[in-house]
Amino acid sequence: MVRTPARCHMAFHMVPSLTLYRPKTGQTGRTFMAPRFQPLRGSLPLLPVNAQIERESAREVRELENNPNFNAGRGSVLTSNGTVEMEACIMDGNTKKCGAVSGVTTVVNAISLARLVMEKTPHIYLGFDGAEAFAREQGVETIETSHFITPENVDRLKQAKEANRVQIDYTPPFQKEVKEETDIPGGDSQIGTVGCVAVDCHGNLATATSTGGLVNKMVGRIGDTPIIGAGTYANSFCAVSATGKGESIIRATVTRDVAALMEYKGLSLKDAAAYTIEECTPRGTAGLIAVSATGEVTMPFNTTGMFRACATEDGHTEVAIWPYA
Amino acid sequence: MGGWAIAVHGGAGVDPNLPQERQDQAKQLLTRCLNLGISALRSSLPAVDVVELVVRELETDPFFNSGRGSALTEKGTVEMEASIMDGWGRRCGAVSGITTVKNPVSLARLVMDKSPHSYLAFSGAQEFAKQQGVEMVDNEYFITEDNKGMLMLAKEANTIMFDYRIPAVGLETCSLALESPLQMNGLPIGVYAPETVGCVVVDSQGRCAAATSTGGLMNKMTGRIGDSPLIGAGTYACNLCGISCTGEGEAIIRGTLARDVAAVMEYKGLGLQEAADFVIKERLDEGKAGLIAVSNNGEVAYGFNCVGMFRGCATEDGFMEVGIWE
Repeated sequence: MVRTPARCHMAFHMVPSLTLYRPKTGQTGRTFMAPRFQPLRGSLPLLPVNAQIERESAREVRELENNPNFNAGRGSVLTSNGTVEMEACIMDGNTKKCGAVSGVTTVVNAISLARLVMEKTPHIYLGFDGAEAFAREQGVETIETSHFITPENVDRLKQAKEANRVQIDYTPPFQKEVKEETDIPGGDSQIGTVGCVAVDCHGNLATATSTGGLVNKMVGRIGDTPIIGAGTYANSFCAVSATGKGESIIRATVTRDVAALMEYKGLSLKDAAAYTIEECTPRGTAGLIAVSATGEVTMPFNTTGMFRACATEDGHTEVAIWPYA
Repeated sequence: MGGWAIAVHGGAGVDPNLPQERQDQAKQLLTRCLNLGISALRSSLPAVDVVELVVRELETDPFFNSGRGSALTEKGTVEMEASIMDGWGRRCGAVSGITTVKNPVSLARLVMDKSPHSYLAFSGAQEFAKQQGVEMVDNEYFITEDNKGMLMLAKEANTIMFDYRIPAVGLETCSLALESPLQMNGLPIGVYAPETVGCVVVDSQGRCAAATSTGGLMNKMTGRIGDSPLIGAGTYACNLCGISCTGEGEAIIRGTLARDVAAVMEYKGLGLQEAADFVIKERLDEGKAGLIAVSNNGEVAYGFNCVGMFRGCATEDGFMEVGIWE
C-alpha cells in the first residue's frame, strides 16, 4: 500500500497556494497534520484532523475560510456593490461525488454548504438565493453578511473603483507597483482563493476550493472555483485545486486537464501539472496544487508567487510563496 | 480541411411511445434550425455566430426545454441557463438564473464579448442584461400550459423531473414513462417532457463553436445549476472540435463530458466519432446523456446511451440527417 500525503493549498494574491500533509497513517486520532499558513509569519501549527479524507479537505478549507487573511469566508473580497458573494466546491475522487455553491452571502463556511449540496440534494450545484435558502433549511451556521467584510477589503474595493477596474489579484493594499500587472484585459483572477487537496493512506483523494472572487467583480460573477474541472477536480488518479485568473482557468479546464493528461496520456502528476500550467494557461494567470493516488505532490504556478504548503507522510513539509530558486 | 459542418440537438432521452405527431413536430423544428444554420454557413458567418443564431431559434420555439417552453422550478417560475464557446481562442460566456431575458444564449455571448468575466448569474446577470439592452420579456412568456401540467404532476409525485423522465426512486432508467403511471390528458407524462437544446458548428475556415441552452429540470430547486452553463461539462470548443451535451446534468458535470471528448482527441489521438463513443461509454457512470460534436476538418458525430436523442446534422458535402432513435 502506498503511503500518501495529503495537502492543502491556499491561494492569495500573486497566486497563492498552500499545501498540507498527512504525516501519519492510521484511522483515528492525530492522523493528519496540516501546516497552517500564517501570512508573513510562517509559523506552522499542526492540527489533528479526522481520518476521512474528504472531511479533512473540508476542514482545512473551513479553517482557511475563517482566517481573514485569505479571500474566502471572512476576508472575502467585495463586489462592485460592496457586498460579499462567496463560492466553494468539494469533490471526492473515488466516487466523483461533488458539490458546489455560488453567490453565498451569509453562510459562515461556504465549503460546508457545498458538501451538504453533495450529500443532501439530488443536485451538484446551487447558487444565490436558492443556495441561501438551502443553507437555512439545513441549519448551517449563518451570520450577518457584514461579518465577512473587513476594513482592508473596503479599502481594496475603493482603490479598485478609483482605478475603475476589476482587481485581478489579492493585491496587498497600498502596494503601488502591483497596479500595472493587474491591468490584464478581460482578466478576472481570484486571489485569496483557498484550497486543499488530500490523499489518505488508502489512496482516496479529495479536493476543496473556496473563494470570495475578485475585488470589484460584477454582482453575480461566477469564477472557476465552483466549476468542476476548472478550479476543482478529483478522480481516482489525482486531486487538484487551482487558483488564479478565473477566466483563464475556466477556458483551459485546468484541473480536469491535469487528470486527463494522466489518464489519457500516461503522464506523471508532476508532468501533467507542469504541462497544464506551462502550456495551457497564459503566463501570469494560474497556479495549482495537486496530489496523486500514489502520494506525489506538486504545486506549479506561472504567477509571481503562490502561497502554498504541503506535507507528506514521510515527513516532508514545505511552506513557500515564491518560485523555487 | 473538410468544409463546414453543423449539428443540433433538442435533448437526449425520448419516450419510446412519443406520438408520431410530436416526433414529426420535433423533426420539422430540427430541420428548420439546420437549414437556418446551413444558410448562415453558406454566407460565411463565423461558427460562433451560427451556433448563437441556431440556439436562439430553438429558444424562441416553445417545443424544447429552453427559452420559451422551459421547465419550471418548484416555485413555478422559469430559471434558464446557457453557455457559448468559441473554439477560436477558446473564449466563453455563460449565464444562469435568467428569468426575463428572451434569449439566454445571446446574453451568454454578451458576457463573453462585453464583460470582464466569463460567467454571470441570477440578479447580477439580469442587471447586466438590462445594461446591454437585450430583449426582455415577462417570466410568464416562458411558461407553457404543458409545463404547468408537468410541474403539477411532478409535485404530486414529489420528484424532480430530469428533463424528460420521472425518476420516482432512482435515476437509472432513461425512459420511465413506460413504467410511470403518471399521465396527462391520457398520455404518458414523458410525452410532454422538455429537452435541452444545443448546436455545434465548424465553419469553412475550420473554426469550431458550441452553444447549449436549457430551462433545467422540472420541479428543480430554485438556484440549481446544471451542466449546460458549465464550460467543459455541457459545452466546450477548442481548435480541434466543438461539443454540446444533454441529459442528466449531474452525470455530465462529474464526467466533464464535453471537455473529455476534446481531451481524448488531444491527448489520446482518437478521431471524433471514436472520442464521442468513448466518452459516452466510459465517462458517464450510471448517468444517461447524449452529445453532438463537430471537428475542425468538417466531421460530425453524435452519441447517446439512452432511448433516443432529438438531433440533426449536416455537412458541406451534402449529407443531412434528422433523427430521434438509434
